[in-house]
Amino acid sequence: MHETTLLLIEVGALLFAMSLLGRVAIRFGISPIPLYLLLGLAFGQGGIVPLEASEEFLATASEIGIILLLALLGLEYTAQELFSSLMTSRRAGIVDAILNALPGAALALLLGWGPVAAVALAGVTWVSSSGVIAKLLRDLGRLSNRETPAVLAVLVMEDLAMAFYLPVLSAIVVGVSLAQGAVAVAVAVGVVALILWVALRHGHVISRLFPADPAEPLLLGVLGLVMLVAGLAQEVSVSAAVGAFLVGIALSGRVAANASAVLTPLRDLFAATFFVFFGLTTDSAALLSMLLPASLLAVVTILTKLVSGAYAARTAGIGTLGQWRAGLVLAPRGEFSIVIAGLAVGAGVEPALAPLATAYVLITILAGTFLSRLPDAAWFRSAVRRRRATPGQPGLSGARP
Amino acid sequence: MSGVGIRIEKVDLPGIGFRHDLVTEGGRRISVVSHRDGERDLGVFDDDDPDACRDSIPLNDDEAAALADVLGASVMMSRLTSLSDETAGLYTEQIALPTDSPYLNHPLGATKARTRTHASIVAIVRDGQVIPSPTPADVLRAGDVIVAVGTREGLDGVSNLLAHGPD
Repeated sequence: MHETTLLLIEVGALLFAMSLLGRVAIRFGISPIPLYLLLGLAFGQGGIVPLEASEEFLATASEIGIILLLALLGLEYTAQELFSSLMTSRRAGIVDAILNALPGAALALLLGWGPVAAVALAGVTWVSSSGVIAKLLRDLGRLSNRETPAVLAVLVMEDLAMAFYLPVLSAIVVGVSLAQGAVAVAVAVGVVALILWVALRHGHVISRLFPADPAEPLLLGVLGLVMLVAGLAQEVSVSAAVGAFLVGIALSGRVAANASAVLTPLRDLFAATFFVFFGLTTDSAALLSMLLPASLLAVVTILTKLVSGAYAARTAGIGTLGQWRAGLVLAPRGEFSIVIAGLAVGAGVEPALAPLATAYVLITILAGTFLSRLPDAAWFRSAVRRRRATPGQPGLSGARP
Repeated sequence: MSGVGIRIEKVDLPGIGFRHDLVTEGGRRISVVSHRDGERDLGVFDDDDPDACRDSIPLNDDEAAALADVLGASVMMSRLTSLSDETAGLYTEQIALPTDSPYLNHPLGATKARTRTHASIVAIVRDGQVIPSPTPADVLRAGDVIVAVGTREGLDGVSNLLAHGPD
C-alpha cells in the first residue's frame, strides 16, 4: 500500500477510537486525557499493533498540540490577572511549589536517576492540570464558591512559573557544562521576562496586529504568530511551549476572545493527538513496573497538594470545608506533567520517566475526579461539622468572622 | 436607611470571568458569576457553609434583565412607600386599577386626577415594571397599579375617581 494511504487509514482509525473513548469519558464524568494515554500505550512501542506509517506525522501533530495547548492557556488569562494573582497569592504559590516538587525530586533521586531527572520529576508532581481542574470546577458547580478564586490563583501561579521552569529544564536536559548552563538559563529567563513585560505593557499593540473579524485571517494570523514565536523560542532554547504561552498572554480583548474561539477546535484535535502520541512512544511493558512507584508518588503528592491547596484557601479566609474542597480539587496533574516528561525523555534523560509520568497522571486524574466530590458528600460534611464542634481541634481555621 | 452599608465585592476568576458578591443584612450571601462569554450564574450560598454555593442558576441575557427589572421595581416601590414616614400628612398609596374602571384603555390625562383630587400619580406599575412619572399620554391598562401621593382625602378621591369616574 502507498505510504500516504496507510497514513490516512491509521490516523483515521486512531481518531475514531479517540472519539469513542471521549464519549466514554464524558459518560463517567472524567477527563479523557487518561484514556488517550492508554490508547497510545495499546499501540506503538511494546503495544498490540505498532503504527509505522503515521509515526512521523503524529510526532509533528503532537508538537503542534503542545504549542496550541499552551497558547490557548495563555489566551485564557489576561496579563492583569497574572499580575494580580502574583500579588495576592505569592506565598501560597511558593508553598505549593515546595511541597509538591520535593516528593518528585526525592523519588527520582531514590531511584538513582540523577539530578536532571530529579528536576524533571519535580515539575511533573508540582503542576496541577489547569484544564482538568477548570472543567471539574464547572461540572461540580463550584464557580461561585468563595474558595474558587484561591484555587484558580494557584493554577495561574503554576502556569506562570512554568514560563520560567520549562526554559530552565530545556537548558539543563541538554547536558551542558555548569557555566554554559548558567548562561543558557540566564538568556532563557531574560527572554521570558522581556516577553512578559511586553505583554503586560504593550499587549494592546500586539492585539492590534490582527483584526478581530473575520475568522479565517484571524485563525491563520494567530496560529502563524504562535508557531513562529514558538519556533524562535525553541531556537534560543526557551522551549516552544513557553513561547506559545507568552503569545497567548500578549493577546487581549476581543482579538483574544475570537482567537480562542477559532483555535479551540484545532487545540482539541492536536492536543488529543499529543496525549495519544505520548502513550505511543511510551514503552507499555515498562508501565507495569512503574505502577508501584507511580502509585506511591500519587498518594504522597495528592496529600501534599491537599495541604498546599488548603493553605491557599485558608490564607484567603475560607472555612474548613472550603479548605478541603480547594485541596482535593487540585489533585489532578495533567498536560504540563506530560509536557515536562516528554521534554526530558525527548532529550535523552531516563526513559523510564515517560511510563512513570503516564501512570502518575492516570492515577491522579482518576483519584482526583473522585476525591474532589468527597466534600460534597453528606457524611463528609457532618464529619467536618462534628470536628468543628469539638473545641481545640486542629484544622479549624477560625479565620472567618 | 437603605443604600448605606451595602457592599458589593468583586472578585476576579482568572480564565473564567469575575464574581460579584452581596452579603445581606441577615448574613446570607448571593453571588453573580459573569463569564467572559457573556453567560451569568446566580448563586445562592449555603447557610451552614458560607463558602459554598448551594445552588447556581444560569441566566441568559433576557432572564437577567427581567430579574433586574423586577428587583429594581420593588426597590422603587419600597422607597415610595417609605416617603409617608418622613412627610407628615402626605401619604403614598398603591391603587389597583379596577377592572371596570371607566379609564381602562384611556390616557392618564383623561382622569384629570391632579385637578380633581389634588393628589399626584407618580408611577404606574405594570407587569412588575415601574413606569415612573407617567405622562398624561400614557394609557392605563388592565392590571395596572397606580402609585399616588397626596393627602388622605386626595388619595380617597383618586380611588373613587378610578373606580367610578367623576361624579
